[in-house]
Amino acid sequence: MLFLSQLINGIQIGSIYALVALGYSMVYGIVKLINFAHGDIIMMGSYAVWFFIARLNLHPAVSIVLSILFCAFLGVAIEKVAYKPLRNSPRISLLITAIGVSFLLQYGMQLIFTPNPRMFSNLFPGQLPIGNFSISNATLVTIGVSICMMVLLTILVNRTKMGKAMRAVSEDNEAAQLMGINVNNTISFTFAIGSALAAVAAVLYCCSYQQIEPTMGSMLGLKAFVAAVLGGIGSIPGAVLGGLLIGIAESFTKGYLSSALADAVVFGILILVLLIKPAGILGRNSHEKV
Amino acid sequence: MEKKLFKSTKSRYILNILAIALVFAVIALLIEGKVLNRYQANLLIPVCYNIILVVSLNLAAGFLGQLPLGHAGFMAVGAYTAAIFTKAVDLPGPLEFVIAIVLAALMAGLFGVLIGLPALRLRGDYLAIITLGFGEIIRVIIVNLSITGGAFGLSGIQGHTNYIWAFVVMVISVYIVVTLIRSRHGRAILSIRENEIAAESCGIHTTYYKTLGFAVAAALAGVAGALYAHYLKILDPSTFGFMKSCELLVMVVLGGMGSVIGSVISATGLTLLPELLRGFDDYRMIVYSLLLIIVMIFKPSGLMGTYDFSLGGTMDSFFAKIRSLFKRKEAKNK
Repeated sequence: MLFLSQLINGIQIGSIYALVALGYSMVYGIVKLINFAHGDIIMMGSYAVWFFIARLNLHPAVSIVLSILFCAFLGVAIEKVAYKPLRNSPRISLLITAIGVSFLLQYGMQLIFTPNPRMFSNLFPGQLPIGNFSISNATLVTIGVSICMMVLLTILVNRTKMGKAMRAVSEDNEAAQLMGINVNNTISFTFAIGSALAAVAAVLYCCSYQQIEPTMGSMLGLKAFVAAVLGGIGSIPGAVLGGLLIGIAESFTKGYLSSALADAVVFGILILVLLIKPAGILGRNSHEKV
Repeated sequence: MEKKLFKSTKSRYILNILAIALVFAVIALLIEGKVLNRYQANLLIPVCYNIILVVSLNLAAGFLGQLPLGHAGFMAVGAYTAAIFTKAVDLPGPLEFVIAIVLAALMAGLFGVLIGLPALRLRGDYLAIITLGFGEIIRVIIVNLSITGGAFGLSGIQGHTNYIWAFVVMVISVYIVVTLIRSRHGRAILSIRENEIAAESCGIHTTYYKTLGFAVAAALAGVAGALYAHYLKILDPSTFGFMKSCELLVMVVLGGMGSVIGSVISATGLTLLPELLRGFDDYRMIVYSLLLIIVMIFKPSGLMGTYDFSLGGTMDSFFAKIRSLFKRKEAKNK
């Protein structure tokens, strides 16, 4: 019984990781940047939903849509202001800027909303009994929404014109430009989609854990990044697989070993993956060109 | 032909030693003469250990060209090693402290090699993430061990660190970094930063030199940790997190990646700033993050770039200017 409930917990948190990992993976694929601020966009999304519902008393559905739009806009704004000027500089500068943006969001929110955690009421209360076992509705919604999002994203990337442009830019930025693809718009669009997915993940996360604080995004973001690396960065099915594996591994560590060790296990997995197969489970091997 | 006063290495050493002794004498006079109050005098110690941390991180980030995000982890290893040692043995104070510092350096250096060997096979972003992961793992292990006091921290450490210890250890650490960079090994390290593939094809053993640079940086972080432990007398594992590593990175970036003098200036400035400006502490991290973004966008090489200061060189060019002034006057008189 413990095994089954831990497995379901793992799949639940794993699907949230997968949604976040998709954002990391897409952004990394297109601008070769580990967007450290991605985890904090989840935090911003959570605060946005909380603010719209608890402070402005808007309808939850309206709030969710508004916060998704807010996050998409925020992602594009961060890209335009902080990352675009550095597109041709060394990768290390870009990475440092990303860390800067991440801190700015975290501490800005601490200043505005104080570091104290806020309570968030579950939007999907209740449980679904299956035999002598029950699954909370929030879990079912999380898993269902995640699957829908992944299917939609796969269609977007593989079947639409914009998806084709995204794949082209991630393959070769300059060649794509020569073929008449608007690289700037494509990159902005990628950031918007990634951030919107982060907002969806934020809503699902809040419903499961019912507590938000300004620093919640950093660990969540890092774990999702580990998931993206594990699955193979730049690959959509890889991010999903990695997210689920990380979620299940973490949940079993919490259930059978100790909850203090969960973070160490996740990072341990990362180190093993990087040492054995740096391209990830479903990633393509790339050769260094001189 | 111009005559250079400080041409030989020996004369430059003497000049530098004199200058450092002068700085130390001024500080000692200010403290012993009670010009600075106790609070201000105590600020010198965080300045010193932060200089060690930032200069050693600069060795890995600025000179080796990697981006380690787990520097606080090595500091934690050093701090706990030294603190556990001084708590366990009962030797005369200075001897005990020297052994503790050496042990801290060895232990942190060993961790540096253990972590560096696998991690340095990766490049750029992956290296950043893997060192971040290791830093977190070190912290989790410290929290879960009983010898380190677990999550409650380690208390009752003797307060060996005073301003003399801090200053002397800081000077030795910076000296080690500077001489390493100017040696043959240092040039190999710089070549890896400039172009790893080219360095490798010139016969430089890149893995060896990367691990060397990484291990020295880790060992010096351990030394700083030892000073820190015996200054605060209490260790809390949560202070050695990702936040601390990033704070150090801010100092390195601001000073200039690849400039020792830049690191010294920015470490001193950013350590003293929150203490001098009351109320700044609330906004400290926001200012830091804005600084990171702005510096990266407008001057990615940091305030000092890769410029480094050499007292002998500066003196020489100063004397050369005076001499040319005199010559011009003589020419006018004729």
